[in-house]
Amino acid sequence: MSATALEARGSSERLLNPWVRRGFGIAALASLVALAIVGLAVAPPDAVQGDAQRIMYVHVPAAWLAYLAFGVTSVSSTLYLWPRTRALVWDRIAGASAELGVVFTSLTLVLGSLWGRPVWGVWWAWDARLVTTAVLFFLYLGYLALRRIPAAVDVRAKRCAIAALIAFVDVPIVHFSVTWWRTLHQQATVFNPKLDAEIHGSMALALWLGVLAFTLLYVYLLDLRYRLEVLDEDRDERELETAIADRVRGAGVPTAPGAVGVSS
Amino acid sequence: MNLFQEAALIAGKDLRIERRARVVSQQILPFGLIVLLLFAFALDPDRGVLRRVAPGLFWVTVLLATLLAISRSFGIESENAARDGLRLSGLDGSAVFLGKAAALALELLVFEALLTFGVVVLFDVHLAALVPLCLATAAATVGLAATGTLYGVLAAGIRARETLVPVLMLPVVAPVLLGATRAWESSIDGPTSDAWPWVAMLGVFAVLFVGIGMLAFGPLLEES
Repeated sequence: MSATALEARGSSERLLNPWVRRGFGIAALASLVALAIVGLAVAPPDAVQGDAQRIMYVHVPAAWLAYLAFGVTSVSSTLYLWPRTRALVWDRIAGASAELGVVFTSLTLVLGSLWGRPVWGVWWAWDARLVTTAVLFFLYLGYLALRRIPAAVDVRAKRCAIAALIAFVDVPIVHFSVTWWRTLHQQATVFNPKLDAEIHGSMALALWLGVLAFTLLYVYLLDLRYRLEVLDEDRDERELETAIADRVRGAGVPTAPGAVGVSS
Repeated sequence: MNLFQEAALIAGKDLRIERRARVVSQQILPFGLIVLLLFAFALDPDRGVLRRVAPGLFWVTVLLATLLAISRSFGIESENAARDGLRLSGLDGSAVFLGKAAALALELLVFEALLTFGVVVLFDVHLAALVPLCLATAAATVGLAATGTLYGVLAAGIRARETLVPVLMLPVVAPVLLGATRAWESSIDGPTSDAWPWVAMLGVFAVLFVGIGMLAFGPLLEES
């Protein structure tokens, strides 16, 4: 990368100090181990659902994380579009967070399905919350597809930020319409996944541990993904520079075969 | 020229191109009717299944046709550097959006009218309450045209736009499919009162996306 490009990028090279990131990684790992112990061994099996209920200790935190991640994507997309705060940092955070959000939404859906089979007797139910989550998953999957389209960095950033905000605006409409659909058509769903108010102490502990562990993991992964994005941009730039340098020196064909087509 | 005159100019241009090229009337419309036939082949027409699920089939067909119409609407801008012409014309971005969305909505309304005829004839559907039915259709069409125009310009200039637009747009318009289908069901089999909340929802969706489109279209057109 050239000196000017480095200057332009400045402090946005990384989000967290590498040591801080490592700290988050270790804390996430430790709390995940603690979650496994409390969730699998300490907390008693549920009176009705038995051991299947233990899936909740990862399902609920995964769902929380998906919402958090999409929330971060929306906020940073807004910050990118707002002229005063426009900076590539926000675009990279939005992309990294959306990726994590999609991963954790699919995890939520899969875990929910695994739980639903023994407890409800079906893999999938047309419950309002499930349908909304599925639509959410596809909304951001499309966003990620858009991100993969090569374009000038600022063009792509603006395009993606707008797409992210459209997805964000759409979520409440999807939720309301799906809720109406299910309530107008069938009387109260058979199951009511309401958490009991008198939840056993160690069960609550496991849930909170899960939320904590997943949040720490999110911060760690977000920073890692951000760093990867920066390195990726650098590589593209360097490939191009090497190719140009080779040409100028009269060395003939560029060394990297994919280097020429980068500019599209 | 005010906003609406500029929009009318763009809509007129798109409709004039359509009148001369007849892509919607000679390709997209037959496509819709073929889909209706295919539905009849896939679902046994003798057991009344078709009649019961006709609203859903109708709106799925409309969605598919909308994708084709969007592709056409932005295909005409990609030839002969028409998009550059649009950018250089000095017309307001919101006006271009309104114009293109209006032309798309009009084309879709014609398509829907003929498809409704097809559904009535082929699927033996009786349209009982026409007022909520027409209002729901109009609101849903405006919503589809607005989102379609928005995603059309978002994907303009991207080589993979034909495959990208469905992935981006279909989840967003999922509430339109849901609302329009329910409103049609209530208008056909009653009770009609059930249709009104859906009409309202479709209206909110349409207003919201026309607003977003007017804001976002200009910046997207500049950089596509």
